[in-house]
Amino acid sequence: METLLGIVGKDYTLLAADAVSARSIVVMKRGEDKSRPLNDHNLMVFTGEPGDAVNFAEFIQANLKLYEIRNATPLSTKAIASYTRRELADSLRSRNSYAVNLLIGGVDPKTKTPELYWMDYLGAMVKVNHGAHGYAAYFCSSVFDRHWKADMSLDEGIALLQKCLHELRTRLVVNQSVFIVKVVDSNGIREIQV
Amino acid sequence: MDYNGAAIVAMKGKNCVAIASDRRFGVQAQTVSTNFKKIFEVHPQLYYGLGGLATDVLTLSEIFEYKLSMYKLREGRDISPKTFANLAASTLYERRFGPWFVEPVIAGLEKDGTPFVCGMDLIGALNFATDFIVSGTAKEQLYGMAESLWEPDLGPEDLFEIISQTLLNAQDRDALSGWGGVVTVITPEGATTRYLKSRMD
Repeated sequence: METLLGIVGKDYTLLAADAVSARSIVVMKRGEDKSRPLNDHNLMVFTGEPGDAVNFAEFIQANLKLYEIRNATPLSTKAIASYTRRELADSLRSRNSYAVNLLIGGVDPKTKTPELYWMDYLGAMVKVNHGAHGYAAYFCSSVFDRHWKADMSLDEGIALLQKCLHELRTRLVVNQSVFIVKVVDSNGIREIQV
Repeated sequence: MDYNGAAIVAMKGKNCVAIASDRRFGVQAQTVSTNFKKIFEVHPQLYYGLGGLATDVLTLSEIFEYKLSMYKLREGRDISPKTFANLAASTLYERRFGPWFVEPVIAGLEKDGTPFVCGMDLIGALNFATDFIVSGTAKEQLYGMAESLWEPDLGPEDLFEIISQTLLNAQDRDALSGWGGVVTVITPEGATTRYLKSRMD
């Protein structure tokens, strides 16, 4: 019932996650931030079992921070994604595995090249231009295929995201009214209202 | 084995071998990406393909990269196809009772130029074929196509044509694989990789 969306634009990555924390049929909270910044130019959005997801996200966040302190260098989006994937893949074959689906988006601050990685709880990972997790994937993949194009400006990216949210609000049974949307570009990570 | 989908085939020719795969990455019926890498280079004379669960394809390719780098560092030379086949088989058999859900396909030329193809199941039971090897969800379709198109002693260009037609026509009859293809032909002079456009439905 949870939704993650990601779009790669000209020099930014746009990530969106629904902000609903629900348990069974009850909405416990609106305004839950399902994202964690991994460093200045990389952001992770995640869904999964509530305990698992936050714990895993913060575990990755902390380990990347530790790496940065030890080596005095931040990791690239690809390196972060590869590390996260391996943690998930190894956890899958452990006694208690993490059931977390995620999108990792970032920008290389020097070249301004944006990247987006799609990853599921099994540890399968692909680099994509647009990605979705959850029921949203059934509705938004086609919207992305029809309207996404290379080198979209931020306004065009936001317009595309709005198309997706509009589709979800009209066709998905479960009404996810609140979304948290974040942009990652060479200036860093910021939240925007969509 | 049929969660993500794949179509991989390798064939022997005359002084050449070819290996081909589809490019789809999907979660059951939902296609997520059409540029997923399933064929990996060991060195210009040796390639392998991994068909099966995508997470294990990625993890195993990382394990092989590590083991092959260590081998090269220790021995100071490239690994031979036969040795790599045994390395892959024992890597899989290490996980006998909790296997990697992957069926590898190996294609390469021996040092003397002899073509080599081999496949194995998910726990490393080797199959040294004299003609071709198939793997993935389109296995049955690939067998049918390869069985009717392949003949002994094909040159590199003919082999490319036949492996391409085998791949394309097999994956078109499988819902879980397809969406483009990639073919690598290995000759003593080196390897050439070509990408194929295919039906996207």
